[in-house]
Amino acid sequence: MSGPSDYKPSHPALQWFERRLPILSLVHSSFVAYPTPRNLNYWWTFGAILSVMLGIQILTGVVLAMHYTPNADLAFRSVELIVRDVNFGWLLRNMHAVGASMFFFAVYVHMFRGLYYGSYKEPREVLWILGVIIYLLMMATGFMGYVLPWGQMSFWGATVITNLFSAFPYVGDTIVTLLWGGYSVGNPTLNRFFSLHYLLPFLIAGVVVLHVWALHVAGQNNPDGIEVKTDKDTVPFTPHATIKDMFGVAVFLLLYAWFIFYMPNYLGDADNYIPANPAQTPAHIVPEWYYLPFYAMLRSIPNKLAGVLVMFSSILILVFLPWLDSAKTRSCKYRPLAKQFFWIFVVVCILLGYLGSQPPEGIYVIAGRILTACYFAYFLIVLPLLSVIERPRATPNSIADAVLAKTGSKSIPMVPTVIAIMIGGGLLIGSAQNARAEEDTPPAQKWSFSGPFGKYDRGALQRGLKIYKEVCSNCHSLNYIAFRNLADPGGPGYSEAQVAALASEYKIKDGPNDQGEMFERPGRPADYFPAPFANEQAARAANGGGLPPDLSLIAKARSYERGFPYFIFDFFTQFQEQGPNYVSAILQGFEDKPPAGVTIPDGSYYNKYFPGHAIKMPKPLSDGQVTFDDGSPATLAQYAHDVTTFLMWAAEPKMEARKQLGFQVFVILIIFVFLMYFTKKKVWADAH
Amino acid sequence: MTTATSDDHPTRRDFLFVATGAAATVGGLASLWPFVSQMNPDASTIAAGAPIEVDLSPIADGQDIKVFWRGKPIYIMHRTKKQVEEAQQVPLSDLKDPATDQSRVKEGHDQWLVVIGICTHLGCIPIAHEGNYDGFFCPCHGSQYDSSGRIRQGPAPLNLAVPPYAFLSDTKIQIG
Ligand code: FES
Repeated sequence: MSGPSDYKPSHPALQWFERRLPILSLVHSSFVAYPTPRNLNYWWTFGAILSVMLGIQILTGVVLAMHYTPNADLAFRSVELIVRDVNFGWLLRNMHAVGASMFFFAVYVHMFRGLYYGSYKEPREVLWILGVIIYLLMMATGFMGYVLPWGQMSFWGATVITNLFSAFPYVGDTIVTLLWGGYSVGNPTLNRFFSLHYLLPFLIAGVVVLHVWALHVAGQNNPDGIEVKTDKDTVPFTPHATIKDMFGVAVFLLLYAWFIFYMPNYLGDADNYIPANPAQTPAHIVPEWYYLPFYAMLRSIPNKLAGVLVMFSSILILVFLPWLDSAKTRSCKYRPLAKQFFWIFVVVCILLGYLGSQPPEGIYVIAGRILTACYFAYFLIVLPLLSVIERPRATPNSIADAVLAKTGSKSIPMVPTVIAIMIGGGLLIGSAQNARAEEDTPPAQKWSFSGPFGKYDRGALQRGLKIYKEVCSNCHSLNYIAFRNLADPGGPGYSEAQVAALASEYKIKDGPNDQGEMFERPGRPADYFPAPFANEQAARAANGGGLPPDLSLIAKARSYERGFPYFIFDFFTQFQEQGPNYVSAILQGFEDKPPAGVTIPDGSYYNKYFPGHAIKMPKPLSDGQVTFDDGSPATLAQYAHDVTTFLMWAAEPKMEARKQLGFQVFVILIIFVFLMYFTKKKVWADAH
Repeated sequence: MTTATSDDHPTRRDFLFVATGAAATVGGLASLWPFVSQMNPDASTIAAGAPIEVDLSPIADGQDIKVFWRGKPIYIMHRTKKQVEEAQQVPLSDLKDPATDQSRVKEGHDQWLVVIGICTHLGCIPIAHEGNYDGFFCPCHGSQYDSSGRIRQGPAPLNLAVPPYAFLSDTKIQIG
């Protein structure tokens, strides 16, 4: 801290104000004149990135709350309507949902950076603990936010996580009931989660203020972990740190935009596009990726209470870190042993995350236990022991010396890298074998809508609509599609008049009229496709007990495991077409005779690609069933392709707008990143 | 060394800063647009605001009905002969917001008054068939409208607005 600021505004009006509320000099001394160690590297920009992300999350969140309905019957639909109807609703929703992941990604980098450079050590203990509190608040906020769309994962995630508290003896059940506001997760739960999800980010913002305050009292740590001694060790915050931070933020925004515009569902779970159903749990309950390591620890302990306690203590242990590691040298740069163990710890956390996403069986359980032990050993054994036995290298006398000498070894540490490659290779081989065992994976198809410039094939959309109308709509609803959508840009491309004519072919129930009776009238463009059955019971009764799912979101609500390492390649290739591949495969996967050794119960049919192979739906499409006016072949393969394209559009009607805007944003962002880079170089030219 | 780099190319350095600042400003402002735009009515609201048809046959002489279009109450008043005559005979000089009765109804359908039932003062809903002018009376602050929906007395500045509508037949109108 530079002490009281000698900042004096030049304008008399500002001076008048300043004498009454010295906020300008506070800002000036904290964010302009504030001396920053001149050896900070880019890992330090994550503090600024996190502030930006918090701001974006609050802004988009407040806006989304203007359109969202926190009611168990309406929440799922209201989220879909945000995406489909609200101006830029798809963008705001993607920004918020992806933003949560980006926020966590940045906080993990920030935390590991603190761990590596010893930023938790004296005199920054309180600073670090405030950070842990922020992280806990973030976890609570993220969890409750994930519940709000009220899909299957929302509902069952809420059930599982709230049930954690039931592990506590005597008070557990009372706590859980208190959390739910009922006898199970339901509307009261959703309502209070919404309220708290809105509240907590402001608490986070409050603790962030304390965090920054504590930072400015203790001063920033730095890669060499030595205290600032003279003015030569520092540069003023503005412009040096500001510009560097802004450059970091701009680069980070590139990653963020990649997800928003091209991979919005990559980090989410397909099951969450299925509305919450209290009667059926999804096959794999998987939390969002940022909770996976803790989830893995929870599951690897065979005792309920012990598992919960282990999970909670894995986070709470961070509070005690400043006292567990009592080594005088802060930065791992000068701690050869601590550095290696740090990287091993990073690998342990990543592996735990991978395990958290896998089914808890066989080798995974054992690996989970070993890694859980490693996680705690790092804090409870390795760090305390190293504090005693490790002989750190000599630290430079001052930051200025460190900068001039450029002592920091830039080479990548050998041992951990080798370990990481070995483990990675093992996983790769292991899952390649997995993939071979699973030959029921839907074959990959070519889709016109894949990739960064993908567009829907208008002809296929129109043919697909015909198939839906003639075949699928006998059993399946299309609840989120209004007739007017058929004229929307990026859709099947019908004219308003064609849509009005099409709508008027339908009978829509309306009312009550002046006599209090319901009546039927011809459809209007604003009406939605009517459902074939009046309610779920009628649908089940007509379909041998099975419920034909609504098709509006089916192309996003179905998926299959891509497995390691494909899910990593998918990030770069923008592969998002599991859903369409699956839908198309199901339509073509029916076989009259199940293969030898497979028995199919009565009332079910064999389908090669359906999980478990016994599907309630009889083969819906066969060659020649639907005739097209445009001369396209009347084959099952063509039908499957067209109706799947149509359903993909139904699930993601704003895709073309999304990719188009994405391209523009990328062009601008890349230019901006270059400009920022050169600006940063200029500003720092006299500091290095 | 430091002064050499900065002084050699003062214009280049300035240009870079200006370009970066401009890019940041333009980008920042452009990204505000979605946050403003989302406040506008969404697609379903706009679609629900499509024109509506109203059957006039059940409305007897001297009666009125209220229908909703785009969330606004629309008064459809089947005026009596007396009301029509009163409305036509008022001299324009008596009116605060001068407009002939003919300009407020459709030709050949003098008996039908169709107005948006929102007081032009501050948005309350005036009550039909009340007040001193055989028209509407707003209970909020006492504005009075005549049988043509024109403001006659009270704080409201303007006549009740006439929504866009057309006669599809003698007994059917389309509003919007
Ligand atoms: S709102 Fe009608 S008189 Fe004020």
